[in-house]
Amino acid sequence: MTPSETTRLIETARRNARRKSRAKRWRQLTREIVFNGILMVGAFLSAFPFYWMFILATQSTNQIFSWPPQFTPGDSLLTNYQTMLSIIPFWRNFANSVFVGITHTTLALLFCSMGGYAFAMYRFPGRTWLFALLLATMMVPWIAGIVPWFILISKWLHWINRYEALIIPGAASAFGIFWMRQYVQESIPSELLDAARIDGCHEFLIFFRIVAPLLMPAFAALGIMIFINNWNAFLGPLLVMQDKSMYTLPVSLALLRQDPRRGFDAGVQMLGTAMATLPMLIVFLAATRRFMAGLTLGALKG
Amino acid sequence: MNQFITAGATRLSTAPRASLWREIQRNWVAYVYISPFFILFGIFGAFPIIYSFILSFQQWNGISPAQWVGFENYIRLFQDRLFWLAMWNTIFIGVIAHIPILGGAMVLAFIINSAAVRFKHFYRSAYFLPVVTSPVAVSLIFSTLYGVRFGLINWVLVTLGFPPIDWWGGNGEWIKPAIIILFIWRWLGWNMIIYLAGLQGINPELYEVAAIDGANLRQIFFKITLPLMQPIILFTLVLSTVGAMTIFDEPYLLVGTTGGTNNAGLTIAMYLYDRGFRFAHLGYASAMAYVVSAVIVFVSVLNIRFFGRSRTEV
Repeated sequence: MTPSETTRLIETARRNARRKSRAKRWRQLTREIVFNGILMVGAFLSAFPFYWMFILATQSTNQIFSWPPQFTPGDSLLTNYQTMLSIIPFWRNFANSVFVGITHTTLALLFCSMGGYAFAMYRFPGRTWLFALLLATMMVPWIAGIVPWFILISKWLHWINRYEALIIPGAASAFGIFWMRQYVQESIPSELLDAARIDGCHEFLIFFRIVAPLLMPAFAALGIMIFINNWNAFLGPLLVMQDKSMYTLPVSLALLRQDPRRGFDAGVQMLGTAMATLPMLIVFLAATRRFMAGLTLGALKG
Repeated sequence: MNQFITAGATRLSTAPRASLWREIQRNWVAYVYISPFFILFGIFGAFPIIYSFILSFQQWNGISPAQWVGFENYIRLFQDRLFWLAMWNTIFIGVIAHIPILGGAMVLAFIINSAAVRFKHFYRSAYFLPVVTSPVAVSLIFSTLYGVRFGLINWVLVTLGFPPIDWWGGNGEWIKPAIIILFIWRWLGWNMIIYLAGLQGINPELYEVAAIDGANLRQIFFKITLPLMQPIILFTLVLSTVGAMTIFDEPYLLVGTTGGTNNAGLTIAMYLYDRGFRFAHLGYASAMAYVVSAVIVFVSVLNIRFFGRSRTEV
């Protein structure tokens, strides 16, 4: 093999490699474009209905029915607001939702963290099968007992039109306890409990004095999840709240849709919907990272 | 529990029963801490489920004394045309909606997780927005989008030269698609976030090794990603089954209690609500609740059998 032949071979190999890497770069570039394109279309489709909700909330029925549709805000926001208040006691319903949401979430965080802590930190007899039982209850669909649940709430507890009906029944969720157990196991060292015991802290108070303050991030993440679920719940409040002034927002909004005197006033409906949705959108956007972390912690260890 | 007994026995070499009792006493705090769940579940979960079973053999309107009727509720239920229609609607909506939901969520998660994409955080938030919105709000928004004369979707269709869709009229053939589209929009993001978290848990070295071995994107997805995601897919399948079989809010708000034209949007939860709470056929509704729950448990067990080969618990 002559030297010139060798250089020629090396040259060809190099050229081939360059061509290949150029093709590879092209392929990567097209992939990048296609991937980002798909994601952008999807993000647009996810977010657009919210934009549309805010736009329609400011338009009168005439503007909404116009052809082509108007994509910019109209000037009927105030009229829609007044019309809405004449149909539903919006702020009263809003206050109901806030009150029920906060009390329910607080109670649920207390019960779930206590339960999760006990399952994570104590080796008590029966722990294994009690925890298995707890997990099994997650598999039971709510629909199985819905009829007697309502009989219990209405006939025996007399909780119709009372906040208790929305606050207490779901206050200790199996999911929440399971979730808290994962968190406690990963973040609280058992030496900490021993140290507290040696320092003479009463066994019952270790959780409240020592552990609970360390669980703040977990309270935030799980609390947002519980609060949003509670805020959005529909069937429960629909069953137990029969007085307009006791409705939570979703039930109230449904009334806005079904009000027979008014027919279909999309602007008013969208205003109510926007005002009920906005707080949750703000909560979510302010705490996205925490919320996602919370959600996936529960899912991955399942 | 046996473990605890034997452990206690070897350590203290006393009678097992005495040491078990001592173990229970020593851990009394734990029992107090877990008691709220078991008390509340007993009252608001277990009791209604057991009572529902008894009620399903009775005829009761909630006021006059209940009558024992044996299997009559179940017999009538299986002869009830609307029950079967509602069952069919529910399963149809659930299955058709979840093919794009789960498939799309997996593909989107795979795309977002790939190195080719920037702004991952932005996309995650955008896709998750529908999930934090209440089903009621979503249904109201979509009912304006579906507006026959003014709806945005029909405007787009007409502008592109297609005939507008009469969503609620005709034979009701567009009612199920309307519910399905809404359902996809609302739940795709949730499943995507779950899958994305699963993907991020996969060791990136596996991908590198595969790339060195010359695997292309499709091979990587089907040979590495999917098998490793199996437990998470199972998790979403089980939750989706329960969610789809008990769908209520969205169709109830879109088409009302009877499910619209030809009951095309009547789901099983709506029919149960209608019988149980509007007409107070409490026994009949309980029987229905039990049949639906049996279907859910059956499908969940099937899911676990097929997708959870090596797993014994969920």
